[in-house]
Amino acid sequence: MNPKKKSFSYAKYGYLFSIPFIIVFLIFTFYPTIYTAVLGFTDSQGLGNINFNFLENPLDNFRVVLANQSFLNALWNTILIWVLNFIPQLGLALLLTAWFTSRRSKLRGVGLFKVVFYMPNIITAASVAILFSALFGHPIGPINSLLQMLGHDPYNFLNNPWASRLILIFIQFWMWYGYTMIILVAGALGISPDLYEAAEIDGATGVQSFFRITLPNLKMVMLFVLVTSLIGGLNVFDVPRLFNWGGPNAATTTVAVFIFNWAFTNRYMYGLAAAASMVLFVIVAVISAGIFFLLRDQDAARERKEQKRLRKLHKTNQNREVQKP
Amino acid sequence: MNKALLGRATFKTVAYFICIALVALSLFPFIIMIINATRSTPEIQQNAISLIPSTNFATNMDVLTGRMFDPLRGIFNSLVISTSATLLTVYFSTLTAFALVAYNWRMRQPFFTLIMVVMMIPAQVSSIGFFQFMFRIGWTNNFLPLIIPAVAAPMAVFFLRQYMLGALSMELLEAARIDGSSEIRIFNQIVIPIMKPAMATQAIFAFVASWNNLFIPSILLTRSDMMTLPIMVSLLRGDAYRVELGAVYLGLALAVLPLLITYFIFSKYIVAGVALGGVKG
Repeated sequence: MNPKKKSFSYAKYGYLFSIPFIIVFLIFTFYPTIYTAVLGFTDSQGLGNINFNFLENPLDNFRVVLANQSFLNALWNTILIWVLNFIPQLGLALLLTAWFTSRRSKLRGVGLFKVVFYMPNIITAASVAILFSALFGHPIGPINSLLQMLGHDPYNFLNNPWASRLILIFIQFWMWYGYTMIILVAGALGISPDLYEAAEIDGATGVQSFFRITLPNLKMVMLFVLVTSLIGGLNVFDVPRLFNWGGPNAATTTVAVFIFNWAFTNRYMYGLAAAASMVLFVIVAVISAGIFFLLRDQDAARERKEQKRLRKLHKTNQNREVQKP
Repeated sequence: MNKALLGRATFKTVAYFICIALVALSLFPFIIMIINATRSTPEIQQNAISLIPSTNFATNMDVLTGRMFDPLRGIFNSLVISTSATLLTVYFSTLTAFALVAYNWRMRQPFFTLIMVVMMIPAQVSSIGFFQFMFRIGWTNNFLPLIIPAVAAPMAVFFLRQYMLGALSMELLEAARIDGSSEIRIFNQIVIPIMKPAMATQAIFAFVASWNNLFIPSILLTRSDMMTLPIMVSLLRGDAYRVELGAVYLGLALAVLPLLITYFIFSKYIVAGVALGGVKG
């Protein structure tokens, strides 16, 4: 039998077995995305109304969205909430990574800590949001009870824009630092032990090893965390929607909540909301592509340099070792 | 040497102190929730923090179920949707991964690139088109639009492919072919048993994602007998439960406890699965 012919005859199964995925993807993801993009150029609105006309000036919706103060405010909130939760989240995750992978002082119970720190991430975000709004309830709520026990007056957290925002930021931080930590620890455990041994022989302290070896080698993993967190963060919906209904004064309204309000509450302005969705989509795509390429090049170059330096150090060290006796 | 030992002891004390504080931070909200679920609203009004459970579970349950919140209905609907979606995701993602690993076809690489790109697009972006489309074909208040899309789960395909590259030997496939097995039989009887550990991990993630989903279900399911558990939970933030604090905590506890128990049973696999995601990604 001709082997070439044989392998050709099997190729059709590659197509055949991908068909369910491709058909469902085209119908339920691709078509709705295109449909949304098209709706962005129309006057579509009203619950139960599926008719729409293209606008005379096709970019009008986009112009309205980009000039809308509420939309810009929602965009600002979204970025603020993401940045202010991601920085401490990554910081704490890195600190825990350094501790949990420390070669000198092995901590006990790391497995249990990982399980408990990741736990909030698995709980339905809707439940978490409502639980926190109950915890910070005014005048009756556990946090206010705690304040009163300490001799303070109860404080209406949910009525203050910045207090609400900070609690929302804390919720996001609390739900996600465990996830980030597990991923960073896995990445750190994948770094070759040789690098650490070489550094130890050179007399590097644990802190030095962390900054010179662990951090540079975690660049790609951190990039993964950054991009996934950014995409999730720019689309965050459940917690800001339910924690305080996006308020007070729209202080916790994110872009996804804003789009939901325009499209699926009493106004049903599908055309405008679709345009807002596309603006969000473009922002997400541009930022993640940007970060990806920027960090990727830098990382490759730095990694080469770092490894070269370590090899050199190791070599010098070996020479010294040989000369010693 | 003594100095080094002392430094190590200090480091351990600080590290354990902070880790235990974080454990408390993770558990505190849920402990308060569970205890307050058993306390009456007047008891909570007196002091919303207590470490002693009370006896008003049944009263809270009456109030809770008296106003739209139907935990059994919500759990049943969520179970139907999440179980079906999980089965579809796991079977078809493994099949798609098999197509990507076992066969050499011309569109293989472009298809894989497409999967990587699509993985980055969140569902919210296309929600308006998705809703209008479902409205047109009369699929609102129907579970199908929440189940069928699970066939195309890019993230699951990606991880199953990574696993299959290391776990599946082509010699085994060849041997089965010589025995006269058809390709789909090879998949069902040889590939699936090999892939079971990875499929189990993906099943957990698919189930949790579907179970926790709020955005798309809340725009599609408006009839109260169709509501999923997260939609029911979102009712607890409404006016009906504004002053019924005990009932709110109980509703939350009913939604959260099954997840917590499931999580602690499978925690080993879940944490390992999360770790895998970062290393491969």
